[in-house]
Amino acid sequence: MTSPLQQKLKITGPVVVTANRLGDGAVVYRTRDGNWSTRLDEAAVASTAPTATEILAAAVADDISAVGAYVAPVRIGADGQPEPGNLRESIRNAGPTVRYGGPTVAPAITIGI
Amino acid sequence: MYLYDEFDRTLVAERVTEFRDQVGRRISGELTEEEFKPLRLMNGVYLQLHAYMLRIAIPYGTLSSRQLRMLAHVGRRYDRNYGHFTTRQNIQFNWIKLESLPDAMADLASAGLHGMQTSGNCVRNITTDQWSGVAPDEIEDPRIWAELLRQHTTMHPEFTFLPRKFKIAVTAATHDRAAVKVHDIGLHLHRNGAGETGFEVLVGGGLGRTPFIAKSIRPFLPKRDILSYVEAVLRVYNQFARRDNLYKSRIKILVHDLGAEAFAREVEAEWQHIKDGPLALDPAVVAEIAARFRYPDYAHLDDNPPELSRFRQADRRFDAWLGNAVANHKVPGYAIVTLSLKPEGGPPGDATSDQMDAIADLADRYSFGEIRVGHEQNLVFPHVAQRDLPELWRALDAVGVATPNVGLVSDIIACPGLDYCSLANARAIPVAQELTRRFRDLDLARDLGRLHINISGCINACGHHHVGHIGILGVEKNGEEFYQITLGGRADERAELGALLGPAVPYGKVADVVEEVVAAYLELRERPNETFVETVKRLGVEPFKERVYATH
Repeated sequence: MTSPLQQKLKITGPVVVTANRLGDGAVVYRTRDGNWSTRLDEAAVASTAPTATEILAAAVADDISAVGAYVAPVRIGADGQPEPGNLRESIRNAGPTVRYGGPTVAPAITIGI
Repeated sequence: MYLYDEFDRTLVAERVTEFRDQVGRRISGELTEEEFKPLRLMNGVYLQLHAYMLRIAIPYGTLSSRQLRMLAHVGRRYDRNYGHFTTRQNIQFNWIKLESLPDAMADLASAGLHGMQTSGNCVRNITTDQWSGVAPDEIEDPRIWAELLRQHTTMHPEFTFLPRKFKIAVTAATHDRAAVKVHDIGLHLHRNGAGETGFEVLVGGGLGRTPFIAKSIRPFLPKRDILSYVEAVLRVYNQFARRDNLYKSRIKILVHDLGAEAFAREVEAEWQHIKDGPLALDPAVVAEIAARFRYPDYAHLDDNPPELSRFRQADRRFDAWLGNAVANHKVPGYAIVTLSLKPEGGPPGDATSDQMDAIADLADRYSFGEIRVGHEQNLVFPHVAQRDLPELWRALDAVGVATPNVGLVSDIIACPGLDYCSLANARAIPVAQELTRRFRDLDLARDLGRLHINISGCINACGHHHVGHIGILGVEKNGEEFYQITLGGRADERAELGALLGPAVPYGKVADVVEEVVAAYLELRERPNETFVETVKRLGVEPFKERVYATH
């Protein structure tokens, strides 16, 4: 398996570095101060390959806090904050698009007979 | 039920202790993720989009009520109050924390449950017919053979690092409910001309990126040789399959590249070395395994008790459910009942912890404490007295698992898709949910008859889309979800891969297209009982394509 650091980054827009937190797998973003946050608006946003590579290298080196770091696209919203750049990242950020875990009893289905 | 012995219990308990140590070392930083990943995968622990996922094996789909209560407990205590039954007779918990995993596994182990053989490049959970032991059309209980193979392959040192994962399915019935022709090895127990029972051995079936229907390499294998022959197949696979290319590493590619006859010759040559060695089965060993499958103490009852007919006439909802979810049993006076985990608008295969507890209680009262899990993502009560059916129906209805749609258009198989899975390209669950809403009219569903819709969120095909009567495959195109639709696939004894209908359609159009396909079928079928797959077989996809792409 090729390490993320060995892959040549192609950056066509703003990106962040994201991973899953070691203890619970929660989605986390590499922050400007070199920590991890579950909040995308705290992520360090890079717009060039060298900057993204630098953030990624530091993130990958921090193997104890988060797992599977990679570069993900973002869009910059009207408020200047990063937003997920594709559906996969939107789902990672906001959770499944479907309800789960309930209701305990599904609504009865009417049979037209 | 299969009864665990001391060896099984010790093995599972030791694995929990070992994994607790591994998790501790990972959290402390002593193990890197690269070192830890293969260890967690050997225990069914994946890292998905939002969280860790724990996959637990339900060997040959058989669960006790105690085990189901334990699954409910794990969902409640360590996850988010639900579990997801998969297409491989497993259950998955989607939100489990790494720190909690050792405790969750210890709780599971206390009920004989574990995640071994649910991940990694080993022999995976061995699956079979969810009606095993009770189906009128089977010649004997195939779980005995599944259990023998399970014991032989669990932690088998030679087969722990295969080129890729390896799936075995067994059936002993005329009608294949275990999809054996789309497995790496499919075993069909049958009787030969001399009246002896043995296995037809099929190899190289599989779905995913390159789907193949399995090829028969031995029409009749005596039962004594099952372990040695499967071992020979695995050895040939282990030796010759490609390890340089992930996409070409399954046995189906090897069988296709070598040709089934050449592959069979290799197996035969390997088998000659081992067939009369220690793997030749001693009938006493088989008898010992068979004795561990305890069957209920059935009462002497008659079929079709009069109170059942009266209730059918009195309540047409019950009559509809009985006609759909209840099947004949090999013992007079008993029935096999399928519990639909496909309510309208629900994620296919999900059950809440409360539902699992309620189902376990009902299994104790009505099914001798036994539950089965089928690859269609429904549950089964295998031993229900027919006279209890009205009472059971009311109770199942109250739990939300009596939707009378088993085998019908809204009984959809779907993988977790992009809502959970890190491999997925597109969502599967919301597509299924929308289709169940479109086809909520159960009169129409019954008129359509048997119609299986299978949905996968990526080419890996966990939703078995290739063998759906209507198959739906999610793909990503320029950042958008699109879906390829295939028609005419089937997973049974006449297994076939579906044919592509036409260009992929966007997310918002999938349900419309499926409705068009179904409408076309209603117009094109020759007679009311010509099933959807029969119509597609007779006419091909063209008439469906013309209709769908003329409209859209």
